[in-house]
Amino acid sequence: MKIKPKIGLISCSGEGLSEGMVSRVATRKILEKRDDVVTICLPLFLAGGQEERDFAKNNPCITVDGCDKMCAAKGVKMYGKVHPKSSIVISEIIKKEKHSRPKSKSRIEPEDEKLVQETMKIINKEVDRVKEEE
Amino acid sequence: MSEKKRSKYIIIPCSGIGKALGTITRRATYIVTEELLPNDTDSICLPLLTIEDEETVQKIRQNPCITVDGCVAQCAKKNVEYHQGKFKGEIKILDVIKENPKLKPGNVLDIGPDGEKLARKAAEKVAKIVGDKS
Repeated sequence: MKIKPKIGLISCSGEGLSEGMVSRVATRKILEKRDDVVTICLPLFLAGGQEERDFAKNNPCITVDGCDKMCAAKGVKMYGKVHPKSSIVISEIIKKEKHSRPKSKSRIEPEDEKLVQETMKIINKEVDRVKEEE
Repeated sequence: MSEKKRSKYIIIPCSGIGKALGTITRRATYIVTEELLPNDTDSICLPLLTIEDEETVQKIRQNPCITVDGCVAQCAKKNVEYHQGKFKGEIKILDVIKENPKLKPGNVLDIGPDGEKLARKAAEKVAKIVGDKS
């Protein structure tokens, strides 16, 4: 019987933009709700060893980025030498769903909770889809 | 005579998503850059260093950097060192916890009142490094 690997969920957690806080909080909430996903701190790709660099090879990854610089997606390609199975970008969700851009970089304000929920819904859907394909 | 532009200290937290300590590094950084020393400090997204973003690499080479790390992996420090940034000091949250054993932080999504106190203590340490070196 083939054991399916867990889905790697990698957030940019970017400190410079409020969207990074959304990517971080939505990702973390999914990690706490599902047991079929795992994560790695993105900077560990560089700071860690081979085991960390192989994370994306060993786990089909979904990246959750705050902005169009897409550090998480690029990190997976750069260090894992594979493409993420799915790339979610918060700034695109904001644009598409006509959300207001979160004002705070340091906390999720009550008015941003809807954006977090929307992001979680998208992540859940993508995890289910990628699992189905694996 | 033109006045030489003063360098800002770049405060770089690990923002680790796996532990409350990562959230404390992030919170400490915001306390420094938004409350304590907004005119003397700035921050960057650490993932931009991990993916070797040229503009960000130049920024840490041209400005003094202080790293704030949550765990022994020391992702922020290692990313700065790898890119030959102008490293001027580091704060390890584990040390701050050792110095304040009665403070018990909450979790990644909510560091709680003790986590907030630890973040403030870490921020004050960062501010002291900036003050001492300016």
